[in-house]
Amino acid sequence: MSPAAHPLLEVEDLCVEFRTRRGTIQAVNGLSYTLHEGETLALLGESGSGKSVAAQAVMGLLDTPPAHITRGAARLRGDDLLAMSPERHREVRGTRLSMIFQDALTALNPVLSVGDQLAEMYRVHQGMGRKAALARAVALMDRVRIPAASRRIHDYPHQFSGGMRQRVMIAMALALDPEVVIADEPTTALDVTVQAQIMRLLKQLQSETRMGLLLITHDLGVVAEAADRITVMYAGRTVESASADDLYARPGHPYTRGLLDSVPRLDRLGKPLVPITGAPPLPSSIPAGCAFHPRCPRAEPRCGSEAPPFRTLSPAGHRSACHFAEEVHHAPVG
Amino acid sequence: MWRFVARRLLHALPVLLGTTFLIYTLVFVLPGDPIQGLAGDKPVPPAVLAELRARYHLDDPLWIQYTHYLTGLLTGDLGTTFTGRRVSDLLADRWVVTLQLGLTAWVLEVILGMALGVWAGLRKGKWDDSVVLFGTTLVISVPVFVVGYMAQLVFGVQLGWLPVAGTEEGWPFAFLLPGLVLASFGLAYVARLTRSSLIENLRADYVRTAHSKGLSRRRVVVRHTLRNSLIPVVTFLGLELGGLMAGAIVTEYIFNLPGVGQQLFQSIQLREGPVVVGTTTALVLIFLLANLLVDLLYGLLDPRIRHD
Amino acid sequence: MTDTTRAPEAAGEAAEHPAPPDTVRPPSQERASLGKDAWLELRARPTVWAAVVTLFLMTAMALAPGILTSLLTEGGDHCDLADSKLGPSAGHPFGFDLQGCDYLAQVIRGTRPSLIAGLAVTAASLLIAVVLGLLCGFYGGWLDALVSRVTDVFFGLPFVLGATVILVAFPDHGLGAMILVLTVLGWTTMTRIMRSQVIALADADYVRAARMLGARPARLMVRHILPNAITPVIVVAMLNVGAVISGEATLDFLGVGLQYPEVSWGLQLNAAQAFVLDHPHLLFFPALFLSATVLSFILLGDAARDAFDPRLK
Repeated sequence: MSPAAHPLLEVEDLCVEFRTRRGTIQAVNGLSYTLHEGETLALLGESGSGKSVAAQAVMGLLDTPPAHITRGAARLRGDDLLAMSPERHREVRGTRLSMIFQDALTALNPVLSVGDQLAEMYRVHQGMGRKAALARAVALMDRVRIPAASRRIHDYPHQFSGGMRQRVMIAMALALDPEVVIADEPTTALDVTVQAQIMRLLKQLQSETRMGLLLITHDLGVVAEAADRITVMYAGRTVESASADDLYARPGHPYTRGLLDSVPRLDRLGKPLVPITGAPPLPSSIPAGCAFHPRCPRAEPRCGSEAPPFRTLSPAGHRSACHFAEEVHHAPVG
Repeated sequence: MWRFVARRLLHALPVLLGTTFLIYTLVFVLPGDPIQGLAGDKPVPPAVLAELRARYHLDDPLWIQYTHYLTGLLTGDLGTTFTGRRVSDLLADRWVVTLQLGLTAWVLEVILGMALGVWAGLRKGKWDDSVVLFGTTLVISVPVFVVGYMAQLVFGVQLGWLPVAGTEEGWPFAFLLPGLVLASFGLAYVARLTRSSLIENLRADYVRTAHSKGLSRRRVVVRHTLRNSLIPVVTFLGLELGGLMAGAIVTEYIFNLPGVGQQLFQSIQLREGPVVVGTTTALVLIFLLANLLVDLLYGLLDPRIRHD
Repeated sequence: MTDTTRAPEAAGEAAEHPAPPDTVRPPSQERASLGKDAWLELRARPTVWAAVVTLFLMTAMALAPGILTSLLTEGGDHCDLADSKLGPSAGHPFGFDLQGCDYLAQVIRGTRPSLIAGLAVTAASLLIAVVLGLLCGFYGGWLDALVSRVTDVFFGLPFVLGATVILVAFPDHGLGAMILVLTVLGWTTMTRIMRSQVIALADADYVRAARMLGARPARLMVRHILPNAITPVIVVAMLNVGAVISGEATLDFLGVGLQYPEVSWGLQLNAAQAFVLDHPHLLFFPALFLSATVLSFILLGDAARDAFDPRLK
């Protein structure tokens, strides 16, 4: 998967804040990533790291107020989504850019049949009549491997199992062959075996359509299987970005290292797990300088005052925001 | 679907029996001589008392008495007044008036209430929302008879827009003002319920999904949230229909409409026990039947209930 | 439902969809932060203060009508038929009633039965609701099924109709009888809410944990479930007071409640009916006091519900 000449989706220095009665909260604080055609980019971060907010900002789904996008750009093949009028942004949604949500049970309308919700894509965006749209909906359900699609087209979301519901969500997102699909924790609510099925399905669909897939997750296991490139987020900003192989083999940021060390691995049997001490900061009180420094085993006084710039660790596009990136990168793993 | 209907019917039956039994017990089994209690302050000669006792089977055990009462109900016998007239005859012509009043009020509640609620819900936090909220709270707090008199005074007498009382003008004019008064509480409640239901649904996950599909705001609200928001409102409105008919007492009195409620009010004033009991029973039965219908309708609207 | 008060049932339905209890944090911690947050929010609202002031005044009137009467008006209990139905004037801000008594004094005296009825009925209903709700929700089984059927039956009886039927045959029409009847017709709403709250909480993890540690049912119910289940019930109780006051006044107005020579707003409104066109003050002042009192309770209940609803945070 060599990166295509032009990036498909380019997010640059995205900052989103929430203004409430109790003060302003920085949810996203300088996030950048690049997604290429046919590529799966994983946005990896813990809960509270701002990854969902960032995705919704790109989609244009945030309520403004209380959310405000204070800085940054999100270019879909050159068109800045954040600078567009809401009308134009809406036209992009569903057609060129779509999203898969975490909990399909609450994300699907409980009183409309699955067929109607799928057909809606064709009726609204392509002006199709009901029967034609429903026929296309059946084809969609076949494509995501939902058995007995023509019978189940009139069923309601609560009549499907969790995995099947998620397939419906995927079908809805793929209906109009978008260029970019954002999957926000698509497998978190599912059993492990179903998770694998869903990820396999996504991969298959991606190879058929060459779409860019932005996979938002906190699950290192899912990422290892599915991602081509990984961007690691901490406290609302990018801390490291690399190809999946590079990241796992030679992480360049203490946080990434910490994440990998705290997860059991088959190639490191018998070694004790080393958790990261402390807890992620609340969005309302992010530490100065490097946000990770209070928990970092490598921290030095300057980390508390100087925000670390990105340091390039390899020509293949491995970057890390740490003052000691090279050192971390070359330290032995395990 | 039919299993759902059957289950609901089975569920309603004991309630119907229980409620009629409750009414019966309350009046006929209270301490003291029920016949004297029914007669109130009126002096009743002993011969009449004895005859009444026999007619109401008061010397029989309770369950026999209740059975007589129940079989009477099933054949449409709502009891007899002290003067020997059948209660059902007394009420015969009055049902139409009450029905007209009740329907007018109900339609007003549906249209005005939902419209206000949707509007306020969409404009949450803005000043028109606050106006609706405060206005509805006010209406809920002021007792209906006060609202009735004020409305009569302002719109009937001073402004002369609508008839002050009576049914001379016929439907709908004679029923607009009383209908609005009768509907006032329910209207305010429907508006608030619609509003909060809409607000809650607008926050739901599936609304976000609908937006992510690139649907216009209008379509999201109309196609996706309205139907979901209306489910609790429809339930309430369904209950309202039976209830409005069941108790337009005060409104009919104020506006001098010759309906069932007015009869009930007069009978209360005159302490005509059997009429009160018979009328109340009839109204309660209507109320319960309406509840049952609503239950069934609810199943139609929300597929999740249907498949329970 | 009837064109008279339905607020307890209506409010009950509204509160029947309360937020699911927060089962993640242990109860005492939740109470501290949620209660404190709620208090801060309540403090900030001007409507809450207006309601509190109004209710404070009403309570003062109920407790010591004589003092306020002498403060605000001349005449007190002196009645002169010659003054019958006169409108407001300098020494008599509310004018005179049918008997020629100072109306302000009468309206102030009418506060007491309304407040007593509202508070007594709600307190009794709350007690029944808590006990039955806890027992039914916790134990389930035949007790729950029985009580559920009974509440269904009572729900099938619209308020005014039920009260009317009972009171018509009831020998006594004093305040005690009124309180009894209103309680009998009103206990169902809060009981239902309490029961559904208890059912939801009985399954909560911290309750299961306490059970595993050997806590006896009584302790479980009182110390663990009750404090958390009761919040929405309290909110409905506040709304309920207003509704009971409104209902009691309606029954008085219809003639089935308190009778002369008792003094109550409902009775005053009943007397004012015939003269509303020529002497509107007879209707206006008791209506004002009645509405203000009910409104205050409803505003407080509304504000409390918003303040305690964690979903609105």
